Amino acid sequence: MIPFRYERPDDAAAAVDLLSREPGGAYLGGGTNLVDLMKLEVARHDVLVDVRRLTSGTIDELPGGGLRIGAAVSNSHLAADPRVRRRYPLLAQAVLAGASGQLRNMATCGGNLLQRTRCPYFQDVTTPCNKREPGSGCSAIGGHNRDHAVLGASAECVATHPSDMGTALTALDAVVRVQGPDGARTVPFGEFHRLPGDEPERDTVLGHGELITAIDVPPLPGGARSRYRKIRDRASYAFALVSAAVALEVAGGTVREVRIGLGGVAHKPWRARTAEEALRGSPATAASFRAAAEAELAAARPLPGNGFKVPLARNVVAGMLTDLAEEQR
Amino acid sequence: MTAMRTTTTRTAAVGTPMDRLDGPLKVRGEAGYAFEQEVDDPAYLALVTSSVARGRVTAVDGAAALAEPGVLAVLTHANAPRLSGDDPELVVLQSAEVRWRNQVVAAVVAETIEIARHAAGLVRVDYERLPHDTAMRDDADALERPGSHVGIFGTTEGELNNGMPHADTAVGDVETALAEAPVTVDATYTMPHEFQCAMEPHAAIALWTGEDAVTIHCSSQGVTDARGLIAATLGLPPGHVRLISPHVGGAFGSKTFAQWYAVLAAMAAKVVDRPVKLALTRQQMFFMTGYRAPCIHRLRLGADRDGRLTAIAHDSVQQTARAKKYAEQIAVSSRTMWAAPHRRTTHRLLPLDVSVPTIMRGPGETQGMFALESAMDEMAIALGMDPVEFRIRNEPDVHPESGLPFSSRHVVECLREGARIMDWDRRDPVPRSRREDGWLVGTGVAAGVHAAPRLPGNATRIEAAPGGRYTVSIAAADLGTGTWTALTQIAADALGAGVDAVTLRIGDTDLPPASAAGFSSGISRWGASVVAAARELQRLVRDEHGETIPADGLDITVQAPADPYASRYEMYSFAAHYAEVRVHEETGTVRVPRLVGVFDAGHIVNPKTARSQLIGGMTQGISMTLHEAGVVDDRIGQVVNHDLAGYHVAANADVGSIEAHWIDAVDPYTNPLGTKGLGEVCVVGVAAAIANAVHHATGVRIRDLPITLDKLLPWDA
Repeated sequence: MIPFRYERPDDAAAAVDLLSREPGGAYLGGGTNLVDLMKLEVARHDVLVDVRRLTSGTIDELPGGGLRIGAAVSNSHLAADPRVRRRYPLLAQAVLAGASGQLRNMATCGGNLLQRTRCPYFQDVTTPCNKREPGSGCSAIGGHNRDHAVLGASAECVATHPSDMGTALTALDAVVRVQGPDGARTVPFGEFHRLPGDEPERDTVLGHGELITAIDVPPLPGGARSRYRKIRDRASYAFALVSAAVALEVAGGTVREVRIGLGGVAHKPWRARTAEEALRGSPATAASFRAAAEAELAAARPLPGNGFKVPLARNVVAGMLTDLAEEQR
Repeated sequence: MTAMRTTTTRTAAVGTPMDRLDGPLKVRGEAGYAFEQEVDDPAYLALVTSSVARGRVTAVDGAAALAEPGVLAVLTHANAPRLSGDDPELVVLQSAEVRWRNQVVAAVVAETIEIARHAAGLVRVDYERLPHDTAMRDDADALERPGSHVGIFGTTEGELNNGMPHADTAVGDVETALAEAPVTVDATYTMPHEFQCAMEPHAAIALWTGEDAVTIHCSSQGVTDARGLIAATLGLPPGHVRLISPHVGGAFGSKTFAQWYAVLAAMAAKVVDRPVKLALTRQQMFFMTGYRAPCIHRLRLGADRDGRLTAIAHDSVQQTARAKKYAEQIAVSSRTMWAAPHRRTTHRLLPLDVSVPTIMRGPGETQGMFALESAMDEMAIALGMDPVEFRIRNEPDVHPESGLPFSSRHVVECLREGARIMDWDRRDPVPRSRREDGWLVGTGVAAGVHAAPRLPGNATRIEAAPGGRYTVSIAAADLGTGTWTALTQIAADALGAGVDAVTLRIGDTDLPPASAAGFSSGISRWGASVVAAARELQRLVRDEHGETIPADGLDITVQAPADPYASRYEMYSFAAHYAEVRVHEETGTVRVPRLVGVFDAGHIVNPKTARSQLIGGMTQGISMTLHEAGVVDDRIGQVVNHDLAGYHVAANADVGSIEAHWIDAVDPYTNPLGTKGLGEVCVVGVAAAIANAVHHATGVRIRDLPITLDKLLPWDA
């Protein structure tokens, strides 16, 4: 860890102003990922601007039945909120599937979206990594890549995004509210995280100094049932090999609405739009669910170590949709 | 003549489930571990480790580090004090040669741990890089037969680590027997790197008390043996080094032998003339404190159609380090476990440019019994026999190789008791015969074995005060397993006193010497020593002091006698492990909802701490079977998943019901207590029981640990 300055400004505007003038600085939320990365010297910030008390720590009603989640709301608080549990089971389940109780108590919702990949090469400064050190090469391609991406990767980077919460939020069409040096803006969740392309060092579309203030979650269609399922190498406290956040509304044996977010498969929480489009208006049968999952995964380009993720994702998505359809008979 | 000092007149402490005497201290955070000891004005040490797996350090530039405020020294191979000996792990910073990745190439001493770590990142090291080889394989050309060396416990000359004399054994004509056997199994089993992952990091504080005398607080499994090695490396007489380690936060083998961090702390303390503290980071624990080496086992079994084994051949290959050719006893359990007239075991090493492997719980037996007991299951299936009955049919009358009788052997009782608990009679042996709610369910069995070793070198001091108060001292260790409690119970009974009348002292080289807490030997060897001293004290009181402890007390130190039965009996602990597993049909996810172990470990001193240790070992068995694998990237020669997020050990949610039972049979020959040791037999065989249950559930035989879901996923379902 390199020496750094710690700042705690009085309000969000002051924080944005301060960080905008500190090119080597970063915001500090719960610190559950950032502090680890600083200890490893993967992150080498000379200023930390503590924003944990500067954004909303509450979950508020939005007109139309949605919720606004303050960026400083802890992961534990989000998962325990009765409205979240009732309206968005997939979101509450996703949050509880991540990390541990202690970490969820510390971690903020804003920070959750900005956590970095757990690719072991990214976290080891003695190995090449384009995300950590652009142009140095990707060690995972040709190395240990069992946990890596099968969708949307590039020749520069095959890392995955680790967030469970994000996998649910992408299925929910959430919107990220941002305050920056040039004012406030909103970013649709699906556009918030980036695919690696040739700039794998950029995880999101945020500019330097921009601060997440809240996440808006619109309501799910009234009849939809939703669920989160995480497949991992141990029963708790492990990142997803594959996870899925799925919502399904069936009417008269036909899919009326469907949302599918996939985790553990791409550089960003993956919205399975190909599968969704194939399913809307189709019969709610195991065969069509499986065909839709296969259509989504037709674009998969597995690495030598992670080919199993393709049939695993297919089985998980098809199985979850079949279960959710059964429950709506 | 009213003094009552025999155990028959009071309730014996041994055999009762006493609470841990150190429990309140630990709950309150008052049990001081090595790094927590308070010393005046300490400095802190941080490591710089090599980024090449083989080569030479050509330059170390510590100028930027030294320029940081608070940095006291930068040690390198060029300026570090000279050490003695040739153990490549202990002689740290003595040469420019790099023999494994993350070898220590420099060390920074500073006023705070933060400054030290930051400055370590500023040290620039240049290398001449040489080609390295870290790829595990069993190419015959690359293999070596282990050479003779002093066993790791320093007691016996042998080719394998624990002093076992022979790398290879053969009885009869195994090749002809295999060729003629009507039913055979020929299968290869493999295991990856595994890491001990103790909660307490390897740590040391060194404090020089004179020009040539140093006190070291060091998390250690055996201060007596470790002191000898550290003193020799520092070029000091053993009496000039005091090693203190009253509490150890887990070790699993990794704090036994090469405690180079104590040497380095002592060296640094000498240079800066202040106490120096060093604790390894979690990541460093994956690089420089030893590991269970990857291994490959070929098992060939031959049997008659009635299920009697005619041949057992176990040929093993294990990775070792070119720097130091550690050779573990990974095939020896196949010498002991089952009867067969024709048999062979071999051990071969694959030396690579890697750090040195070391002991990990059940060293050797754990690996070998995964292979042997998986092959036994495969043979039972090939014969169409029940796997419990097949094992019972091959129970030997005497040791199958030496021909000596066993001091006690209750394998059949363990197997039958476990079968009763598991309702084994109702098991449908057909694979994939049980489905529940999307999960395939199966059960499996395997035996376990571990030697009840006879380590010498123990002595006990007893100070007796009038009225019957005793201080009992021996340099034993408590790894969190219950030594403080169990030894107190043993001493109380041996002295005919209550446990409240006994004060125990352990974990300090100022106390009489003790063998290390390893090899499942602790309670047996230390306990036998305590009993010998207590008997001598009682004899003195009776014969020379008229049955009364004199007013100025008595103070004796007694060497533990040699074991009279050592050469006449084979001494082992045994186990029968039963597992229930569930494998998800869609995802291949494996769960172990139930594990039952029935143990033959001799007399049980404290049922509470014993059960805790057994459950811990069985949990470690689940962990190694389902989760644990260090993955090496051979391009850099390093384990990639070197933290507890990437290297998975079982979490609470991975563990269902774990039931530990035992046959409490006092062994008549092992020692005066009749114990055999249980700290390792509890993990030996668990992996095979689970793998056999996975086969029963799914019909898929996994011969390569760990059993992860990708190996069971229905890819084309």
